[in-house]
Amino acid sequence: MPTQRLVQLYRLMARIRAFENAAEIASQGGVAAWGLAAAGKPALVRGPLHLSTGQEAVAAGVCSNLMREDLLTSTHRGHGHTLAKGADSTKMMCELFGRATGYNKGKGGSMHIADFSVGMLGANGVVAAGMPIATGAAHALKIRKLPNIVACFFGDGAANRGPFLESLNWAQVYRLPVLFVCEDNRISATTPTGPMTAGEGVSARAAALGIASVRLDGNDVEAVDEAARQLVAEVRGGGGPRFLHAVTYRFKGHVSVDPGSYRDPCEVEAALEFDPLLVARRKWIADGNAGAVLDQIDSDARAEIDAALAVAEAAPWPEAGAAYEDIADTGAGVWK
Amino acid sequence: MSAAATSMTYAQAACLALAEAMRADAAIIALGEDLGRGGVFGQYRGLPQEFGAQRIIDTPISEANIMGAAVGMALAGLKPVVEMRVIDFALCAMDEIVNQAAKNRYMFGGQGRVALIARMPIGIWSASAAQHSQSLEAWFAHMPGLTVVTPATPQDNYGLLKSSLASGDPIIYMEHKELWGVEGMVTPGLAVPLGRANCLREGSDLTLVTWSRGVTPALEAAASMAAAGIAVEVIDLRTLWPWDREAVFASAARTGRLLVVHEAVQVAGFGAEIAASAAENLGCKVARLGAPRIPVGYAQVLENESRLSAAKIEASARALLR
Repeated sequence: MPTQRLVQLYRLMARIRAFENAAEIASQGGVAAWGLAAAGKPALVRGPLHLSTGQEAVAAGVCSNLMREDLLTSTHRGHGHTLAKGADSTKMMCELFGRATGYNKGKGGSMHIADFSVGMLGANGVVAAGMPIATGAAHALKIRKLPNIVACFFGDGAANRGPFLESLNWAQVYRLPVLFVCEDNRISATTPTGPMTAGEGVSARAAALGIASVRLDGNDVEAVDEAARQLVAEVRGGGGPRFLHAVTYRFKGHVSVDPGSYRDPCEVEAALEFDPLLVARRKWIADGNAGAVLDQIDSDARAEIDAALAVAEAAPWPEAGAAYEDIADTGAGVWK
Repeated sequence: MSAAATSMTYAQAACLALAEAMRADAAIIALGEDLGRGGVFGQYRGLPQEFGAQRIIDTPISEANIMGAAVGMALAGLKPVVEMRVIDFALCAMDEIVNQAAKNRYMFGGQGRVALIARMPIGIWSASAAQHSQSLEAWFAHMPGLTVVTPATPQDNYGLLKSSLASGDPIIYMEHKELWGVEGMVTPGLAVPLGRANCLREGSDLTLVTWSRGVTPALEAAASMAAAGIAVEVIDLRTLWPWDREAVFASAARTGRLLVVHEAVQVAGFGAEIAASAAENLGCKVARLGAPRIPVGYAQVLENESRLSAAKIEASARALLR
C-alpha cells in the first residue's frame, strides 16, 4: 500500500478516535480541557452516547472509497461513519452538545447525527432501521440513473431483525447499488451476539440470498480499504448489492454510562492489542516509516477536536420556539 | 385546468389523480404488493401499462421494507406512493412509519423532508374479520409529523390525493374498502385542499361530524330525522390531521350540540379528540358514536356489532337532543 494512503486512513481513524474520546469525557461531566471532570457540573453531552471507539477502521476503510455524492445510512453508533463521510467535526460536536448550530439544530443529538449535504442520511435509534432506507435510496439512485451508490452500515445485532432479511432480499431482487457493511463488534447491546444467532453468521445469510460477501478483520484498515475498493467498484459497476462483514470490537460499553462490566476484563485487554490505530501504526513502523508522522497526526486530530469542543461549549442553545419548527406543516400547521 | 365532470368510481378517481400526477412529475412512483396487476382493489389499473415496472413497482411481501424504502427513496429525490394493501398490514411497518417517516424532518433538524403518501385502505369489507377490517386513523392522527386523510367520495378521493401528492411531507391516506365501487361525479383538475371539511347538509339543531364510510349512514340518519322536524348539520371532516376546527366549532357554536361518528372503535378514537376540543372551547354538549371495543367478527351478526348504521346514528343523535 502506498504510504500516502495509509497516512490518509490513519488520519481519519485518529480524528474519529479523538472525537469519540472527547465526546465521552463531555458526557461524563468533563470540560473542554480533556479528562478534567468538573464535579457537580452538568454534562455537556446530556443524552445517550454510543461510542465507536475501537471500530474506526471500518468507517475509515469503507468511506475512503466513497464519493461525496454517494449516500450512507448509519446506526446508533454513527459518529465514525459521519466524520468519515466528510461531515464537519465542529457541527457534529455542537449537535452532541444540543446547540442551535449543530447539524440537527439540537433536535437529534448523537443518536440522530446526520449531514445530508455529504450524503450522510442519518444515524438511527432503531437497530436495522437504516437498512430499508438504504435500499430505498439505492432504488431511487437506480431509477434516476445516477452513478452513485449507498453504503449501509449496521451491526451484528441487526442480522436478527426482520428488516435485515427484507432489505437484503429487496436489494438483490432489484439489483440495487448498495454496499451492506456489517460492523460486527460481536455484542448486541450488552449480550454476546454469537449465542443469540443461529447458523454460520451474517455473511452466510447474505450468501443464502446470492449476495457476494467478504468477511475480514475489521481492525485492519488496509484490509477494509482494499476490500471496500473492490466491492464499491462492483456495486458502482451495476453488479447489484455486495456485502462486507467486518469483524471488530467495541472498546467501550453499549452506551456512555455503561462501563461494560459484563465483559471479561481479559477479553477487553486482549482486544486492545488489536486496536485499529495500533495495528496501522505497527504496519507503518514495520514498513520503515517514522512514528513521528503518526504522532503529529494524533496531535493534529486532538487539536481539531479541542477546537470543536471550545466552539460547541460557547455555541447558543436553540430557542424554545424551535421545538415547533421542522414538523410537517401541511394544511393548518402545528397547534401548541 | 378543469375538464367536464365525469362519473367514475372512488377507485377510478384515485387512479386518475395518480396517473395525472405521474404524467406531470417523473419523480412520482408507486410501490407495493401486487401493483403489477393494478393493485388488489384495481386502484392502480392501467398504471403498470402506462408507466412501466420502474415506476409502478411490484414488491415482495415486505411491508417494513416497502415503507422504509419509500423513506429512502424520498430522501434520494423521488416522491413515492406506498401501497400497504390494507391498514392491518401497515402494522408490520410501524417503525418505518412512526420512527422513520414521521420523525425524519424534525429529528434531523430540517435537513430533509420525506414526501411520501402511504395508502392504507381501512374499514369493514367483505366479511374480512378481525385482521382485515380495522379503522386505525386515531393511531396516526396521534403522531406528530403525519397528515391523515380520509376521503369519502370519488371527487374527494381524486382531489385529496392530488393535494397529498403536492404536500412534500408524509401523508397517511386512508381509503375505505367498502367505498371502492361507489360512483360519483368527478371534475378532473379540481383539487381538494387538505385540512378543510365539507358541510354536506345544513341544520340548526345538532352538528354531526364524521368521515369516510361514516358519511353515508350519517346522511341517511339526518334525512330520517329531518322528516321528524330535526335539522342535523352533517360535516365530512375529510382530513383528520390537521382537522378543520374552524368549520366544526362554527357549526357546533350555532347548534350547541356535537355528535362525532366513526367506524373505528370509540374508546380513544379520534372522535374523543374532536368532542373534547369542542367541549373545552365551546362548552357545548358532545357525544361520540364508534364501534364497541371488540375485534371485528366474521359472522354477519357479529360484524354488525362493529358496523355503523343510520339507526345507531339516529339513536345517538336523539339521545344528545334530549
